[in-house]
Amino acid sequence: MARKQQAELINGGSGDSSGGRGAPTSFLEVRDLKIHFPTDDGLVKSVDGLNFQLERGRTLGIVGESGSGKSVTSLGILGLHNRRNAKVSGEIWLDGTELVGASAGRVRRLRGQKMAMIFQDPLSSMHPFYTVGSQIIEAYRVHNDVSKQVARKHAIDMLGRVGIPKPDKRVDDYPHQFSGGMRQRAMIAMALSCDPELLIADEPTTALDVTVQAQILDLLRDLQQEFNSAIIMITHDLGVVAELSDDILVMYAGRCAEYGPVDDTFHRPLHPYTWGLLGSMPRLDRERSERLMPIKGTPPSLINVPRGCAFNPRCAYGDLNGDKSTTERPELLELEPGHKAACHLPLEKRREIWDSEIRPKL
Amino acid sequence: MVAFIVRRLLGAVGLLLIISAVTYAIFFLVPRAAGVTSDDIAGRFAGKQPDAATLAAIKDRFGLDDPIPVQYGKYIKSIVAGDTYDTGTEKIDCPAPCLGYSFRTNQSVTDQIVDRVPVTMMIALGAAVLWVLAGVSIGVLSALRRGTLFDRVAMGVALAGVSLPVFFTGLLSLAFVVHRWNLLPEVNYTGLGDNPFNLLLPWVCLAFLYAAMYARLTRAGMLETMNEDFIRTARAKGLPEKTVVVKHGLRATLTPIMTVFGLDIGLLLGGAIITERTFSIPGLGQLALDGVNQSDLPVVLGATLTAALFIVLANLVVDILYGVVDPRVRHS
Amino acid sequence: MKSPKVVTSAAAGLVVLGLGLSACGGGDDDGDKAGGSGKFDAGTTAVVNPSDHKGGVLKMAQPDDFESLDPANIYYAYGLNFVRIFSRNLMTYTSKPGKEGATMSPDLAEAAGTATDGGKTWTYKLKRGVKYEDGTEIKAKDIKYAVARTFDREILHNGPSYFPQLLAAEGYKGPFKDKNLDNFKGIETPDDYTLVFKLKAPFSEFDQVVGFSGQTAPVPADKDKGVRYGMHPVSSGPYKLEGDYTPKKGGTFVRNPNWDPATDPNRKQLPDKIEVQAGLKAEEIDNRLIAGTVQIDLPGSGVQAAARQQILTNPKLKANADNPLAGFHWYVSINTKSIPNVECRKAIVYAADRSAMYRAYGGEAGGEVATSIQPPNVQGREKGTDFYTKADPNFTGDPAQAKAALAKCGQPNGFSTIMIYRNDRPKEKATAEGLKQSLDKVGIKVELKGYPSGTYTNEQLGAPKFVAKEKVGLGTYGWAPDWNTGYGYLQPLTDVKAIVPTGNANTEELDDPDVNKKWNEVVSVTDPAGRAKIYNEIDAKTREQAAILPNVYAKSLLFRPTNLTNVYFHAGFGMYDYANLGVTG
Repeated sequence: MARKQQAELINGGSGDSSGGRGAPTSFLEVRDLKIHFPTDDGLVKSVDGLNFQLERGRTLGIVGESGSGKSVTSLGILGLHNRRNAKVSGEIWLDGTELVGASAGRVRRLRGQKMAMIFQDPLSSMHPFYTVGSQIIEAYRVHNDVSKQVARKHAIDMLGRVGIPKPDKRVDDYPHQFSGGMRQRAMIAMALSCDPELLIADEPTTALDVTVQAQILDLLRDLQQEFNSAIIMITHDLGVVAELSDDILVMYAGRCAEYGPVDDTFHRPLHPYTWGLLGSMPRLDRERSERLMPIKGTPPSLINVPRGCAFNPRCAYGDLNGDKSTTERPELLELEPGHKAACHLPLEKRREIWDSEIRPKL
Repeated sequence: MVAFIVRRLLGAVGLLLIISAVTYAIFFLVPRAAGVTSDDIAGRFAGKQPDAATLAAIKDRFGLDDPIPVQYGKYIKSIVAGDTYDTGTEKIDCPAPCLGYSFRTNQSVTDQIVDRVPVTMMIALGAAVLWVLAGVSIGVLSALRRGTLFDRVAMGVALAGVSLPVFFTGLLSLAFVVHRWNLLPEVNYTGLGDNPFNLLLPWVCLAFLYAAMYARLTRAGMLETMNEDFIRTARAKGLPEKTVVVKHGLRATLTPIMTVFGLDIGLLLGGAIITERTFSIPGLGQLALDGVNQSDLPVVLGATLTAALFIVLANLVVDILYGVVDPRVRHS
Repeated sequence: MKSPKVVTSAAAGLVVLGLGLSACGGGDDDGDKAGGSGKFDAGTTAVVNPSDHKGGVLKMAQPDDFESLDPANIYYAYGLNFVRIFSRNLMTYTSKPGKEGATMSPDLAEAAGTATDGGKTWTYKLKRGVKYEDGTEIKAKDIKYAVARTFDREILHNGPSYFPQLLAAEGYKGPFKDKNLDNFKGIETPDDYTLVFKLKAPFSEFDQVVGFSGQTAPVPADKDKGVRYGMHPVSSGPYKLEGDYTPKKGGTFVRNPNWDPATDPNRKQLPDKIEVQAGLKAEEIDNRLIAGTVQIDLPGSGVQAAARQQILTNPKLKANADNPLAGFHWYVSINTKSIPNVECRKAIVYAADRSAMYRAYGGEAGGEVATSIQPPNVQGREKGTDFYTKADPNFTGDPAQAKAALAKCGQPNGFSTIMIYRNDRPKEKATAEGLKQSLDKVGIKVELKGYPSGTYTNEQLGAPKFVAKEKVGLGTYGWAPDWNTGYGYLQPLTDVKAIVPTGNANTEELDDPDVNKKWNEVVSVTDPAGRAKIYNEIDAKTREQAAILPNVYAKSLLFRPTNLTNVYFHAGFGMYDYANLGVTG
């Protein structure tokens, strides 16, 4: 009953947008994705019209502060929102299949198999009462009709592949018996157990210390080469993105602020919010000339998103546009090949500010 | 693990010693502080207008004038080493653990307890099956359908259930179900030889109270668990919802409930006093209650120790089970 | 749903409604079964449903349990009533309705005892051929042994102690400590069928001593189990135990084939079985009585408040109920040590609002206003005249006389005293409050203190030490006699010799030379009428001393299920006679 309702809701929610443009050519294409949560205080627009594409073997980094809608987006792709308290609309095309309108059962069968997710905190994300092995076996067997022995062998294989020593022993250990890094490796092994074509990593290294972070990122890169998976890397850490991603999507208040190839976006960022993110990122490879420049203010309420440009209350340059920033929402425009940004400032002005004011301070 | 159990059992023995000493103190010291004399206590076992000779004889027989440490020592000694009991015509051997003989009925307290434990056990276990099944499933369904009509009705009934004691539901159901509608026979269960389903009404009444509590506990626990990260992971793996709820959600929810259950069962095994009283079932609780009402010290002591033993054992079993169920406990 | 209180009170309403409904339902059923044979209070004066129908199972229930089933170790009347189904005494209460029930008739004895030596020697001749359940004949030595047992108060401490007090057997310790029965000099058995009781002093009501309790029920010495004999007493009556009796649970009695009705006019053997269930809640017993699944509520003190209401308001149920004078007189004892001046005590009696005190006991169905201390069931009791009060349901006291008495007492402005009562008995509480109010009006300040009934008669009002220490002046009290003569009723209440440290019944601690003298003399008076006259004088004298403020002769409300036969109120026990019942259907 619950599942049927869910399917109906999905269909209803996507009815108007699913017909138009037809199946895309990209492996993953997200079109006008909206994820809203009705609450007693009002409608929380966590994701509000997001578009992006991703090909196999490539990595998309999604960055943004907490509450910008990164994680909500990833859970939305996996279909993990409870349909009773989340309204999802738009289209998510995965390898030719539309997911928003698909039945819950169908999405569930894809979940863990075609698309998998690595969560932020491996300790709380693994069930404390089951061994790591049994949790991997469970993930494998739900999509593959194999015996427990075969699945167990596979689990040991996977643990070995993610670099856990003595996997045949560790397979029977519980999550709490693993160190943080090993636990994240086990989590990755679990996510990869069915060779997913799309892997979403939600802050996979946040809970880990720096050396372990690097190892995990190396691992992800190696595995990507091996499996040719598409990866969505969700993080607020631009360093991680720079190291791993091909493209970068900067989210602010549930929308895309800037989107483009990683080099372009890092070296010629076109949105003041991206400047702020870069400015607040500690860098080890460069002598620091000044203090970090945190973005002033706090992330906006997702119930009462500021009128005009959502970033305007925090933007140092918003008043250069007269009152445009506070009245009109800027469109996401392709300003360079493959490089889009949503800002009212004239492009030249932005390049000037970047070159003269921002870059020297980084 | 073995060391743990041994340590706990030794602790339990110590605890039982303390409980017996406290019971002794309550029986003797507290009334004495309030001015009750050993003559008064003896008088409770005599007929109308007992003469001094009768009181002296009773005090002599029960040892009421011995110093309290001596009485207590004798009691502990008879538990450890056994005792003999003088009926006037013969000396009966009371092997260890000898809990003495009732001042009132002259029966072996050990025998009485052995006779009554199964009765209380049948009440407690039968009710436990009902309340766990009903309480947990209602709690789970309520949690999964939070805010729906089902949830509201179930939690409303549960609130009512928690606020309705057995003597109330018991009297109500006796008045209607048994005496007015004749739907069920009168409750006359007295021991393992009787048909246990005669206890249906007590089971239902007792289970109603507990099921209500367990439904609320399960619902709260389930709501919390279903928000855990590992539930999200389970769903992300593509597990069917039923597996997510039962294998991942319920399993984690039941662990704290198991603790409560262990204590509840332990308490009930020591005597489902109100249920036994309401339905007039001769269990351990009735024995204890009669003992207290009639100043029957050996019975009070025996019943108290048995109840304490059950609680201690239940705690121990819960602790051991906790280790079995939760590997984090096992490895710490 | 939100407020548990609302739910609870709603449900409480349901229960009340349910009880009401079930009352109607039960009434209809009973109406059909009864066929109109019963009438309200018919069993108080006559046998209801007389029948010789044999068979069926008679079910009896009690909330607690007998002190013991050892006939020698019982004091409560209902236990003594019950054990008659399996034990016979030398003498026993006559099994007849009305006043005759309070008299003694021969049981194992051929005739009442013959007193010689001025009432110091009592001789009984046994019927021949009366047998135990195993077919052995009952002989004089068995009864001698039974009486000898009662000397060991360590083994048998629940029963009366008349024999150790009355018999000339100095230093005898009982057969458990002294195995040679010849050392017991209190009884001589010149042959197998003769018992000669030797008393220290004359005692005119020895037949009553012998008959009222089970202490002359024969016990075969080789079957005696001491303190545990009560779990399987050997039968000499119409029924015998099947298996053992389990205290607090119950037992089953079956016909004793060796009982011969020809030797026993006081008992019947009608049901096939008699089942006793102990530990059944009082309210549940009432429910089952009304449903007819239990026939006898053993304690015999009447139904509980809920059933009482149900029965009195439903004519069909009421037709199966009796409302006899149960034998208790609930009065207020005025302590002569705490309030030594008789004028002060008189002031209390004058001022007492008898109307309020009477209503505290529930009015007409609850009892009759008392004049004498002895209630009407006592043989030879006279109503007597009121002293300083009026036995009138509307009498509210005489403050003027009370004040005059206070002036004579030297306390014209009144005085202060303490009154105690049983706090778990609403009637006693209401009595105490009513009395307090009326005494207040004449300046006597009363402080009320309640105590639990479990300890009240032994440790508070029944303990002179407590009374003295707490300066208790007044206390609610009630008494039912060991046997229904003035001696049985009044001696424990008024004789100075009856004052004991615990469980004292002479709660007013009366020590009146005239009364004491009368008690010493009356035991030698052989003529029952002559004794009754003295008892009535003692009764009057005690009230003249204002030591007892009479209140109410209690009536109980007994219910007799329609399937119960041969049921009548027995004046000796103050409840239905349990040894002659039968069941139908």
